[in-house]
Amino acid sequence: MELNILWFWIIAVMFIGYFVLDGFDFGVGMSLPFLGKDDTDRRVLINSIGPVWDLNETWVIVAGASLFAAFPEWYATMFSGFYLALLVILLALIVRGVSFEYRHQRPESEWKKWFDGMIVVGSAIPALLWGVAFANVVQGVQLDAGHNYTGTFFDLLNPYALLGGVTTLLLFFTHGVVFVSLKTDGDIRLRARKLATKAGLVTIVVAASFLLWTVLAFGSLFTALFAAAAAVALIGSFLLNLRGSEGWAFTLMAATIGLAVLTLFASLFPDVMPASNDAANSLTIDNASSTPYTLQVMTWTAVIAAPVIFLYQGWTYWVLRKRVSRSSIEAAAL
Amino acid sequence: MNEWLDPLLLSRWQFGLTTVYHFLFVPLTIGLALTVAIFQTAWVRTDKTKWLQLTHFFGKLFLINFAMGVVTGIVQEFQFGMNWSTYSRFVGDVFGAPLAFEGITAFFLEATFIGLWIFGWDKLPKGLHLATIWLTVVGSIASAYFILAANAFMQNPIAFRINEERGRAELTDIGTLLTNPISLASFPHTIFACFMVSAGLIISVAAFHLYRKQHVDTMRPALKFGLWMMVISGALTTFFGDSLSLAMVKAQPMKMAAAEAMYHTATGANASFSLFTLGTPDGVSELFSVRIPYLLSFLSTHTLDGTVEGINNLQDQYTTLYGPGDYTPMIWVTYWAFRWMIGLGIAHILVAVVGLWLTRKGRSPKATWIWKVAIWSFPFSLAAMSVGWIFTEMGRQPWLVFGLLKTQDGVSPNVTGLTILISLVAFTLVYGVLAVVEFRLITRAVRKGPEDAPVPDAETGVTPQRVTVY
Repeated sequence: MELNILWFWIIAVMFIGYFVLDGFDFGVGMSLPFLGKDDTDRRVLINSIGPVWDLNETWVIVAGASLFAAFPEWYATMFSGFYLALLVILLALIVRGVSFEYRHQRPESEWKKWFDGMIVVGSAIPALLWGVAFANVVQGVQLDAGHNYTGTFFDLLNPYALLGGVTTLLLFFTHGVVFVSLKTDGDIRLRARKLATKAGLVTIVVAASFLLWTVLAFGSLFTALFAAAAAVALIGSFLLNLRGSEGWAFTLMAATIGLAVLTLFASLFPDVMPASNDAANSLTIDNASSTPYTLQVMTWTAVIAAPVIFLYQGWTYWVLRKRVSRSSIEAAAL
Repeated sequence: MNEWLDPLLLSRWQFGLTTVYHFLFVPLTIGLALTVAIFQTAWVRTDKTKWLQLTHFFGKLFLINFAMGVVTGIVQEFQFGMNWSTYSRFVGDVFGAPLAFEGITAFFLEATFIGLWIFGWDKLPKGLHLATIWLTVVGSIASAYFILAANAFMQNPIAFRINEERGRAELTDIGTLLTNPISLASFPHTIFACFMVSAGLIISVAAFHLYRKQHVDTMRPALKFGLWMMVISGALTTFFGDSLSLAMVKAQPMKMAAAEAMYHTATGANASFSLFTLGTPDGVSELFSVRIPYLLSFLSTHTLDGTVEGINNLQDQYTTLYGPGDYTPMIWVTYWAFRWMIGLGIAHILVAVVGLWLTRKGRSPKATWIWKVAIWSFPFSLAAMSVGWIFTEMGRQPWLVFGLLKTQDGVSPNVTGLTILISLVAFTLVYGVLAVVEFRLITRAVRKGPEDAPVPDAETGVTPQRVTVY
């Protein structure tokens, strides 16, 4: 296999890592108004992701930097083309990130309410816009011969892309709510399970339509297999949540997101950013990638670093495995 | 379209603003991580509660600051593609690799272990918990290495060849790229400057409490620690700053000439360093100046009879080499930024040296103004850091990658001035509000002072474990 094809899939894996991990952070953030009845509840929710949100968000930094290094043309086209969308994502991530750290610095409820709101909005916006962005990549955008995006911000808000955005929003929301059921204890855990059922139903309908559209319009047999597997995993997660198998429901939710991302990447292959106006202007794995030498250096780094990263990040989740509950929050306050 | 909507100008302002802002938090993150790690190590070794109190106290300041460093850092990475897509296409094959290394090896380490450190007090054995803060330190310092190696490529491009067909620079040797003479000097220079910034915060905070005669048993050792940290890291910052200027004279003689606003090549005593100049900003006429003969020759070549090339001579050389054009940075910016960097840094080191003398052998100065100076000296190093970056980046102009790509040619061709104006305004507003909130939270935490150490339970004799909850 050519190294640039390998890196196409490594980039896919990095975005899977980002969407699976920060995805449940976004979901927990968005669930504050639904599951957080009072301040203690909201603290239970925030503490369920408190130690890991930063590590999860780092995945997008690593994915972005790897995209820059492995596919400079793709990085340059996508980031300059989706300027305003990425600006909004950045601003959302900024206010959300600082809110986790600032919220607990003062006891006043007015102060906390302000940051709760920013966590909700700061989680929902990236959850929606990442889907819009990736759906646009799959669908293709207008590119000139220099691979520069020539459309406008509003061209990005087309029906397929918006459906993609609502899909990621709902997937992450359900993923986060299932995470809450896995990571908390007491009444909130039960309420999270019920909410996951309701959210799961809507998610199944919307995600299935989006995946079907993707397969029919941009897909191949390969794509269809990933999409079908994603759908099965999503329905499996829904059923396991009904049965109360929280760990497996969460695992299958993660698998759903991973398979959905693979569906999108498989639809792209061997393009990385098709031009909707003229196929000659499309960015492909070949014309967007770095030199074999750079990719070789990167591959060695990734091969050496990946096992270590998986080990210490996995270990971190293991150390922090204890469920968060109202009593643990209240006990710590004493 | 009028000049206010020039995408180049707006992109430059945005990059400058967001970078200087980001780098207010970075030095505190790097330096306070080390400080906290040292305090915690002292506690684990000696079991004295004052070190634990200091660990928690400066740990809190570290964490208020940390999130800002993280979230403003994402902007930095995205901006290359958003505002400088032509640049990204041109250098991605070379410049992207150190950024990817930074993420894969350094950021993951830092972000993972900081979470474990914050929440791990009751979940990890003492020694392992101590290891988490040291791994955070390693991650934060490693990230600085990679980003400075990337930056060094822009100052002194090496380890590449130009692919004419693809119109881009391509990496030829990663080892050479990562050992750029510029980054070998700029890395220690920057890291020790980061330690100066943190030392400045520690001195200021400790002085605040000692002046009020409160928390003396913790703040006295903190003050001593901060003063020593400032003196040692200040000396090393100066030493590597000197190495950096030597490397810079070789790689970017124009930057050194611009730092001195020296228009004509000079040798020996004539290669003097002006401490202060009053004159027209373009340097055409000088009204008044205080000069130290030989110093510029010494700084640039480490000899007294060295020759330092002047701006006009270099301009002529570059015109021959790169074609007609203006190859001179904005002289008044480089001239004054260079002086303020050195002046503020040295002032801060002097504060620390005098402080060590005044507090020797358990002494404590009585005079109020001495304490006031210590308290208000905090911004010195931080401002020196900002102007240092402004000097090094503005001194590179008009180049984005020295000798290869001009700044005006690196900007995204398809992003309109209006779009960038919107984002510039948005970043300015959000960053401005957050600066106020951040400042208030930090001063609030500083005023509160360290918490009392946990007391062992009267019946069981067990000291309760610290549990972190947001």
